Amino acid sequence: MTTLIVQPNRPVYLDYAATTPVDPRVAAKMIPYLTERFGNPASRSHAYGWAAEEAVELAREQVSLLIGADPREIVWTSGATESNNLAIKGAAQFYKSKGKHLITLATEHKAVLDTMREMEREGWEVTVLPVLDTGLVDIDAFKAAIRPDTVLASVMFVNNETGVIQDIETLGQICRSQGVLFHVDAAQATGKVHIDLSVMPIDLMSMSAHKSYGPKGVGALYVRRKPRVRIDALMHGGGHERGMRSGTLPTHQIVGMGEAYHLASKEMAVELERIRSLRDHLWAGLSRMDHVQINGDFEHRTPNHLNVSFNYVEGESLLMGMKDIAVSSGSACTSASLEPSYVLRAMGRSDELAHSSVRFTIGRYTTLEEIDFTIARVSDVVTKLREMSPLWDMVQAGIDLNSIQWAAH
Amino acid sequence: MAYSDKVIEHYENPRNVGSFAADEDGVATGMVGAPACGDVMKLQIKVNPTTGVIEDAKFKTYGCGSAIASSSLVTEWVRGKTLDEALSIKNTQIAEELALPPVKIHCSILAEDAIKAAVADYQNKHAQAAAGGATESVTLADQSICTPN
Repeated sequence: MTTLIVQPNRPVYLDYAATTPVDPRVAAKMIPYLTERFGNPASRSHAYGWAAEEAVELAREQVSLLIGADPREIVWTSGATESNNLAIKGAAQFYKSKGKHLITLATEHKAVLDTMREMEREGWEVTVLPVLDTGLVDIDAFKAAIRPDTVLASVMFVNNETGVIQDIETLGQICRSQGVLFHVDAAQATGKVHIDLSVMPIDLMSMSAHKSYGPKGVGALYVRRKPRVRIDALMHGGGHERGMRSGTLPTHQIVGMGEAYHLASKEMAVELERIRSLRDHLWAGLSRMDHVQINGDFEHRTPNHLNVSFNYVEGESLLMGMKDIAVSSGSACTSASLEPSYVLRAMGRSDELAHSSVRFTIGRYTTLEEIDFTIARVSDVVTKLREMSPLWDMVQAGIDLNSIQWAAH
Repeated sequence: MAYSDKVIEHYENPRNVGSFAADEDGVATGMVGAPACGDVMKLQIKVNPTTGVIEDAKFKTYGCGSAIASSSLVTEWVRGKTLDEALSIKNTQIAEELALPPVKIHCSILAEDAIKAAVADYQNKHAQAAAGGATESVTLADQSICTPN
């Protein structure tokens, strides 16, 4: 029995995959760069500029250390969405004389899928590969999709909805052997999986700060130097970031991202073990109920993700009963478009299972009390909603729901 | 998501959740919606055969808070009404009472359809009983509310 007291407007936060709070240690490092060391890092002629530039370069090193890169391979952006745009559009444009075919997966983030759609509108050809029911892409299908005119493949490291980790090493090697650039969206991966770009066959990698306890509005794009990868810029202007991304660098933001990644380097190993055991404890509690299943490969998954479908219960009504817990749902009602999660659909989940799915993501500040509270609350709500559910009735009576002719579609 | 107080009320304290016994007299069932759409409502009415008045109603719903509230409200509204009066309940009235936002209007439409389906089922059974023969069938209404992938 948990004695956790939840404040009315501050539910238990289990939506770390959506965003994270800025670590107080990160915020502390950022603030002086707002009011005191406010210089433009590009001001080469005075101490204000030099101090800002020094901070930016330190942050660049901190980021490169977490991912095993050279600091000169880091380009600052406004976030992973911009990095995805820059990588895909920039590389496709630069290498368009080599070919105009691009490859990606059906489970990518909208920042990639929508960019790919835009490339199609501008005359590129895009192959969107399906995934298996585990959420992993079929390696042979990936290999078969590559053509002589393929210039870039984009695959996310960790899926935001399910936490599934793609076999980046194998996919990257395939790309390398065929002369195809390999872009990886690592927004959900930094600080959750070990990344070493000195040995991994990745050419371009998008990173976010606000998924790793840094501020929103800043990210980075890794652009490999050996062998050299070139991209056209999207943002033109003063030629910042070796001409790849113009615009005055937001020192305070970059300091924040650097410090956040620095803390991740130091604390990742221990923190992930704690998070994993909390996640496993949550699943142990929830799986005591019948007809509850995990979405996404159990093994190839980050330790902080748990995406669960509660059969015969609709997602939005479930969330309504757990207003004191902050989570995300794959239900259509909770998405702006009234369509159920396309990621879960791509994994072969029926609409019903997509509707009744909830994503729990655990983080740095999650406590055991919060997990126990969540198990108790979710169990209560699921039980109550199943008592109200005609589908549950039918299942209890042994009726196969698939055999029923629902409405004419 | 901002729910109206009424929707929250119905969600926290739904009225008339449940099912009538299978062999109870005068019970008719309307089932509308589809799991693929995220909304399934089962509305049961217990009609007095002499007076044609709905004496009791029960519901079970798989759906969002607005769907639950719509069907819960409907079980309150149909009580004490004749079949014809029940048929005149419009989804706009349900939506207004619950202050449903535009994106949730379809829940009220489904609830209106549930009433029609239940009444149709009663009339079906009544006609069949008159023709000599009880039936346990459930009438699934035709509707084109959603077109899932």
